[in-house]
Amino acid sequence: MSLAEPATLPVATSAAPRLDVPKRLVARFKASLPAYLLLLPSLVFLALFTYGAMGRVLIDALYQRATPKAPVRFVGLDNIAAVLADPAFTGAVVNNLIYAVGTAIPSIGLALLFALTLSRTHAVSSALRAALFLPVLIPMVAASALFMFIFLPNVGLLDYYIGRLLPVLPNWLGDPDIALYAIMIITIWKNAGYYMLFFLAGLQAVPEDVMEAAHLDGAGPYQRLRNIILPELKPTFLFVIVIAILNAVTQVDHVFVMTQGGPSNSTNLVLFYIYQQAVEHYDVGKASAATLLTLAALMGLTALSFRTMANREGGP
Amino acid sequence: MKLIDWLYKDTPLATRGEITPKLGFLLTVLLAIVWLIPFLWMVVATLRPASDGINAMAELMPSLKPTLDNVRDAWEIGDFPRYTLNTTIICAGILLVQFVTITLAGFAFARLDFAGKSLIFYLFLMQLMLVPVLLIVPNLSLVARLGLYDTLAGVMMPFFASAFGTFLMRQAFEAIPTELEDAALIDGASLIQRIRHIYVPLSMPSFSAFAIISVTSHWNDFLWPLMVINSPDKRPLTVGLSVFTKTAEGTQAWGTIAAGTLMVIAPLLITFLIFQKRFISSFVTSGIK
Repeated sequence: MSLAEPATLPVATSAAPRLDVPKRLVARFKASLPAYLLLLPSLVFLALFTYGAMGRVLIDALYQRATPKAPVRFVGLDNIAAVLADPAFTGAVVNNLIYAVGTAIPSIGLALLFALTLSRTHAVSSALRAALFLPVLIPMVAASALFMFIFLPNVGLLDYYIGRLLPVLPNWLGDPDIALYAIMIITIWKNAGYYMLFFLAGLQAVPEDVMEAAHLDGAGPYQRLRNIILPELKPTFLFVIVIAILNAVTQVDHVFVMTQGGPSNSTNLVLFYIYQQAVEHYDVGKASAATLLTLAALMGLTALSFRTMANREGGP
Repeated sequence: MKLIDWLYKDTPLATRGEITPKLGFLLTVLLAIVWLIPFLWMVVATLRPASDGINAMAELMPSLKPTLDNVRDAWEIGDFPRYTLNTTIICAGILLVQFVTITLAGFAFARLDFAGKSLIFYLFLMQLMLVPVLLIVPNLSLVARLGLYDTLAGVMMPFFASAFGTFLMRQAFEAIPTELEDAALIDGASLIQRIRHIYVPLSMPSFSAFAIISVTSHWNDFLWPLMVINSPDKRPLTVGLSVFTKTAEGTQAWGTIAAGTLMVIAPLLITFLIFQKRFISSFVTSGIK
């Protein structure tokens, strides 16, 4: 993606005397007016719901919400300190980290396997690709409804078919040691087919003649994967990792529907914590402080990945 | 072994006689079957009569006496036609406004030179990085102050501008030869006329790709409508389904839950099965949503 070129001044006026500067600016503004008018509708909504919202988060994080006893007051960094000292928040951060790593690695690994084995157009591979892609299209809420039965103790699908082989039947969503991993399964099921698409697109860049030459030279499947395919897929990996982490922070519908963050906060994730603070505890200050910290972490991460990508593209 | 050879014939990036790629392919086939099990269960459970008992609920073998009772019950408990209508209004409303905003902004970035172009471009780029889902708290208070709490317009509004859509249209418009526009210019066509009669008709594939991404993501959205909507008759499908599931879960009516879920996800899945190729290529171009 090439960035917009910097504005260039008209040649005729560039040598004009200093006094003409305002005139030139007016002329430039007049010339730009149609573009501004075209951008206006988008900018209004972006200003309201993105930049304005961002500013509000910054301000709200610095204020204590009015209570029956006290009016709104400026508290500086108190909200941030309170959030950082709240074991529910730190717990949610830890859960979210486990959740992010534990869903990203399996779903990306599976996506790579699916893409490698289904990369060519063929009736069978198309059908398999569609089967693996279906979960992407259903709402997380619907996936949760299905998995609620799958995880149901004793009579559910999992216990009915696999649980019987275990010495003790696990209470998938009721056991604080297991619940987080149970909801991770839904995410992996839902996202692997999505990431597969990006690997399929990336694989199209692998030159076929190089693959054939490598095979003629006696390179086995593992060597071809390591030395030809994986290096070619590096940008795709980076991209998919960023998406997987963003998804881990923004997809929490299953927590709402299935566990409400429980049992004993074991499935509480950051966005659910933000929701709880804002909607259940009416503490906009704390919710904003948590939002701010999360946004800062995510923006740092995406900026870093953009930079890495830019460096890679600029390199030899 | 014949069957596997045939299935595998011209599939992967590998050659005949090697065992590893074949095993990989078999593993994928097995996993694809596992991936379909929740859907399979949903269909089987929907058609299973309550008389089969709770212990048969997990059977993946269809019942010999299929019934539509569960569908009828689900239809009675949840107001699915209303939920579907609300979701349709939300998705269509968002998409229509987005088409206008992204066309105009995409054109400005693709074809016009103006002061502050790169600064404004970066402002758009920032929206992609900000993860709007996280801004639910300030946006909810804004929607409330605008008097749009508990309205479908309030659900739609934050999505009226789309940086992703703007970039997609910019890309599409840049690919259109300027000669076409010059000809129209000589004929005296205004800016809006040129956009409407040249750029828009020639960019239909990009519009349809964007429509697929936009509708899919807002069709499935849950958290934001959950926060904005209070009245039961304004619930979209996702919020309706979650309330419905809670109701039916208490009565252990899993067949009814399966039927309700089926009703919610069927429209999008059927559309996907018809326009598979379109969907898949749209998702690939989507990149960062």
